[in-house]
Amino acid sequence: MTAIETSKRPELDEGGMGYLQSVPRRVVTVYLPLLIFVIVLLFPFYWMTITAVKPNLEMTDYANFNPFWVVHPTLEHIRYLLFETSYPGWLLNTIIISTAATFLSLLAAVFAAYAIERLRFSGARQVGLAVFLAYLVPPSILFIPLSVMVFNLGLYDTPFALILTYPTFLIPFCTWLLMGYFRSIPFELEECALIDGASRWQILTKIVLPLSVPGLISAGIFAFTLSWNEFIYALTFIQSSENKTVPVGVLTELVRSDVYEWGALMAGALIGSLPVVVLYSFFVEHYVSSMTGAVKE
Amino acid sequence: MAVTSAAAQPPRSTLSRILTFVSESHNALGFGFMLPAAALLLVFLTYPLGLGVWLGFTDARIGRPGIFIGIENYEYLWDDAVFWLSVFNTLLYTISASILKFALGLWLALILNQNLPFKSFFRAIVLLPWVVPTVLSAIAFWWIYDSQFSILSWALMEMGLIDHRINFLGDPENARASVIAANVWRGIPFVAITLLAGLQTIPQSLYEAATLDGASRWQLFRYVTLPLLTPIIAITMTFSVLFTFTDFQLIYVLTRGGPVNATHLMATLSFQRGISGGQLGEGAAIAVAMIPFLLAAILFSYFGLQRRKWQQGGGD
Repeated sequence: MTAIETSKRPELDEGGMGYLQSVPRRVVTVYLPLLIFVIVLLFPFYWMTITAVKPNLEMTDYANFNPFWVVHPTLEHIRYLLFETSYPGWLLNTIIISTAATFLSLLAAVFAAYAIERLRFSGARQVGLAVFLAYLVPPSILFIPLSVMVFNLGLYDTPFALILTYPTFLIPFCTWLLMGYFRSIPFELEECALIDGASRWQILTKIVLPLSVPGLISAGIFAFTLSWNEFIYALTFIQSSENKTVPVGVLTELVRSDVYEWGALMAGALIGSLPVVVLYSFFVEHYVSSMTGAVKE
Repeated sequence: MAVTSAAAQPPRSTLSRILTFVSESHNALGFGFMLPAAALLLVFLTYPLGLGVWLGFTDARIGRPGIFIGIENYEYLWDDAVFWLSVFNTLLYTISASILKFALGLWLALILNQNLPFKSFFRAIVLLPWVVPTVLSAIAFWWIYDSQFSILSWALMEMGLIDHRINFLGDPENARASVIAANVWRGIPFVAITLLAGLQTIPQSLYEAATLDGASRWQLFRYVTLPLLTPIIAITMTFSVLFTFTDFQLIYVLTRGGPVNATHLMATLSFQRGISGGQLGEGAAIAVAMIPFLLAAILFSYFGLQRRKWQQGGGD
């Protein structure tokens, strides 16, 4: 009876109990606050973009030009950034470092997650807990001892200083995320393969990994974004301008004593954000679902 | 690779017998699989953690290994007003930013949980502040908070709400409020999206049953939503508190601890003394002083998880 009832009125079912609310009430309790949230959350990006294409004259003359708009858009700041600063080099460094750190971390995390989740070696639970705790150790308390280590190992001011230290926060995160993913793969598949004489390696490469491609993609995106955004290690371990990453380079090299090149700074911030935003917009559904998956876990 | 592919062949020599044992014993195989991750984490995470504690007991400087000086660094910090100011600032920053992030994030999650048009579009753009590198969005805030050309000051003056420019980052109280606002801006999306995920696991039937029993909207929230959301709130907020407490980037970009140390957090003070000032030992001691607070937060998380298991009947 109830089944017939609901199938007859799908529009009510879809909205949950939303039909109990009147339209004006929904405007005040839902749409208006949502609008304010969206405006506040997006405004800094708008402001970044508009400043990046604004001529210097309009940027400081609020009396004659409305600051919220740009009358004569210019690409001068972006040209300056790309051709007269080391910005392209920083972009390249960031891409290389993030890719290498992501690759290294994913490789280590796949094995670790599989071992903890499926091999069930003695102490696997404790190791899983240790990985979780490792994720909670913040870079802010590690950067001083790490800088001593990096210096003693002769890695100071090289990309390897970052490629080897970024996995400290990437591996725990990726392992944790992949553990959740591997758990969702039915045990029966592995048992069948074992009975058919597959080795553990074959099970991992031919059954588990192909099934967890979505998990690998989201772990990879997360890891790439986290290394792209990393700041404190890059600030501490890198000295020379040509080895810097985008966040450090923009902050330390584009800000000169007292003259702020706001146009170039905003262009630098905008272009530095674009790769992660583009990457994220392609995989936004993965992103949201794996984030929620990771948290539910 | 070689280890496990050898297992497919019948064991003949001692070597292949060992290989078979390794590939069939869960412990040996588990050890091998854990090795890359464990090696990286032990060398670059566990060891530095211990090294940091040790450095806190030495007078190491940049370019000069220190000698053991006992708790001298801590004695010095105990009498250091700037250190205590940074502890106060960190607590103020963490507590107020976390409360705001929680309240606004929960509100946004409840809004996004409604049946909205373009739902996935809104979810996507709401996450943007969280995706973009913190330093780069902080630079945008720096420009928004500029003392002369602040767009906020200009807009408020145009609306006639204020009659002079706000000195966002130059005045101690304003600077504190400004960095907290920027931190909240960046933190809302994470809280909102994770809580939204929690909200979506609550069955509609519970709301229907409560409505039939005559529950008001507030009662629905208080007695259905909130209890079922508590476990995920505990986890989300623990993470949020941990990352806010150890924040460095935002302060470093916006104020570098100024004006007159009013926004110095423990992490930025540790950087200033340890790296910029070269006093590695003292910087490490400040960093170590953060650990008790972090442990408290982690224990809080642990009990949050315990409660979750209890609520689900001990399963999972």
